[in-house]
Amino acid sequence: MKTKKLINDPKVIIEEMLEGIVAAHPKHVRQVEGAPRAVVALNGPRKGKVGLVIGGGSGHEPTFVGFVGKGLADACPIGNVFASPPPDPIYECAKAASGGAGVLFMYGNYAGDVMNFDMAAEMAGMDEIEVRTVLTTDDIASAPLDQKEKRRGVAGNFFIFKIAGAACDTMKPLDECERLARKANAHTYTMGVCLSPCSLPQTQKYSFELGPDEMEIGMGIHGEPGVAKGPIQTADAVTDAIMDKILGEMKPNKGDKVAVLVNSLGATPLMELYLLNRRVKQRLDQVGVSIHQTWVGNYCTSLEMAGASITLLHLDDELTGLLDHPCDCAMFRAG
Amino acid sequence: MTELTAADLRTIFQAIGDAIEADKSRLSELDGVIGDADHGVTMSIGFTAVNEALAKLDASADPTTVFNTAAKSFLNAVGASSGPLYGTAFMRAGAAVKGKPTVDRDALADCIQAMAKGMQDRGKAERGEKTMMDAWLPAADAAQEAKARGDDAVACLEAAVAAAEAGAEATKAMLATKGRASRLGERAIGHMDPGAASAVTILKAITAAVRGL
Repeated sequence: MKTKKLINDPKVIIEEMLEGIVAAHPKHVRQVEGAPRAVVALNGPRKGKVGLVIGGGSGHEPTFVGFVGKGLADACPIGNVFASPPPDPIYECAKAASGGAGVLFMYGNYAGDVMNFDMAAEMAGMDEIEVRTVLTTDDIASAPLDQKEKRRGVAGNFFIFKIAGAACDTMKPLDECERLARKANAHTYTMGVCLSPCSLPQTQKYSFELGPDEMEIGMGIHGEPGVAKGPIQTADAVTDAIMDKILGEMKPNKGDKVAVLVNSLGATPLMELYLLNRRVKQRLDQVGVSIHQTWVGNYCTSLEMAGASITLLHLDDELTGLLDHPCDCAMFRAG
Repeated sequence: MTELTAADLRTIFQAIGDAIEADKSRLSELDGVIGDADHGVTMSIGFTAVNEALAKLDASADPTTVFNTAAKSFLNAVGASSGPLYGTAFMRAGAAVKGKPTVDRDALADCIQAMAKGMQDRGKAERGEKTMMDAWLPAADAAQEAKARGDDAVACLEAAVAAAEAGAEATKAMLATKGRASRLGERAIGHMDPGAASAVTILKAITAAVRGL
């Protein structure tokens, strides 16, 4: 049985989505002429500013393309569903984002993305554009702490890109932008839970199976199996399991400050997200950690997957200033 | 077959495209067990783009141009992991036959070896890490051994297929250390790597096409 989707032809699903995005946000983004899979911020790139290029596979909207705009990312190459974009649109984005001060490539740590972005970085290098790469690795369930470099990037991208975008927008040099991007990644902790699977537009079949009473903790945003399957639990119990892992690794001191993101993987409604957030607040209160700001909603989805993730950004003054810096993107505004 | 012309190479790419199309669901399902379920779709998108690009290519194009066209079209249609890996593979195959108007038996075995080497250079995977390399590396070795024995082209390819099949089968028992399945730990054991499975599909299609020429 095929899953139900509102699509026309899966072969042109990305082109049609981009047409819709540009139609909805003409004041924020445009497609590069001759390279429609390279989306650029209208008011982002400028002379002397480090260009920020973020990207990855489609199917996670508003990640990545929704975060293109002044104050955040300058350009975003668009991949097929759950597949890294090829080098050409990434290279076009590097050129469009470049203001002569270097370009930062930021994307989730996946083998395919690394190969394609590295090839594009070589191409940009031949044009004398200096490219630095910062991989996001916020999913603490995807590898143990001693193999942190193997972890994948998930919803915490939102915080990490936001910090890096602010660093670039405030005209910091490339070294400094890179340092702040790495710092943001090191301070971001995400873990998710999946309740029901997603299906690719091309197959319209569920990518994996979960029993009627099962959930999977630590699942990836492409449906990569997580660390453990188990019976479905209450919102509080799931939040506790996630918060135990996050706080265990973050080791906050009393009086520390965090930003919170409670993210839907696609199908889970706001009502349930707010239940999770209620428990997040209780847990942070218990350990004396204060919340600087909270975001709740669809920030990094996995098509129609049901489930949610919780991300904490462990703040200090430097990161707080950048988090509060205004941005105006197609699908996100701050300050 | 004595020597493959550029037109024969196009026929072979068409055969690979048809075989991947027929195998698309199985490959995606294998990937759904241990990855993100898009492998069949990705490979199908790639070879569809290859065959569209080859159809537009001038009839006088040489084997290297055919391979380079395949490389560029596959890479830019797909991205993902398979894009850079197969893109590099086809580019290296093109380099292996550079300046040759046709591809003979020896060159065919060398192409397969160049492809495997290219994929390994790009993806940096070794044998035993539960990836497509567990099919491609033994296949390339088997083709070289058959060539050294003096086997004909079809026999070289058959040796490659047999080695790839054994290699793909062996991935079932492996613990993944590269790619997305590596996050699974022991849960990936018992499942065939989809990249190794599609390598077998490709090699089988090449063999059948060469046999029919």
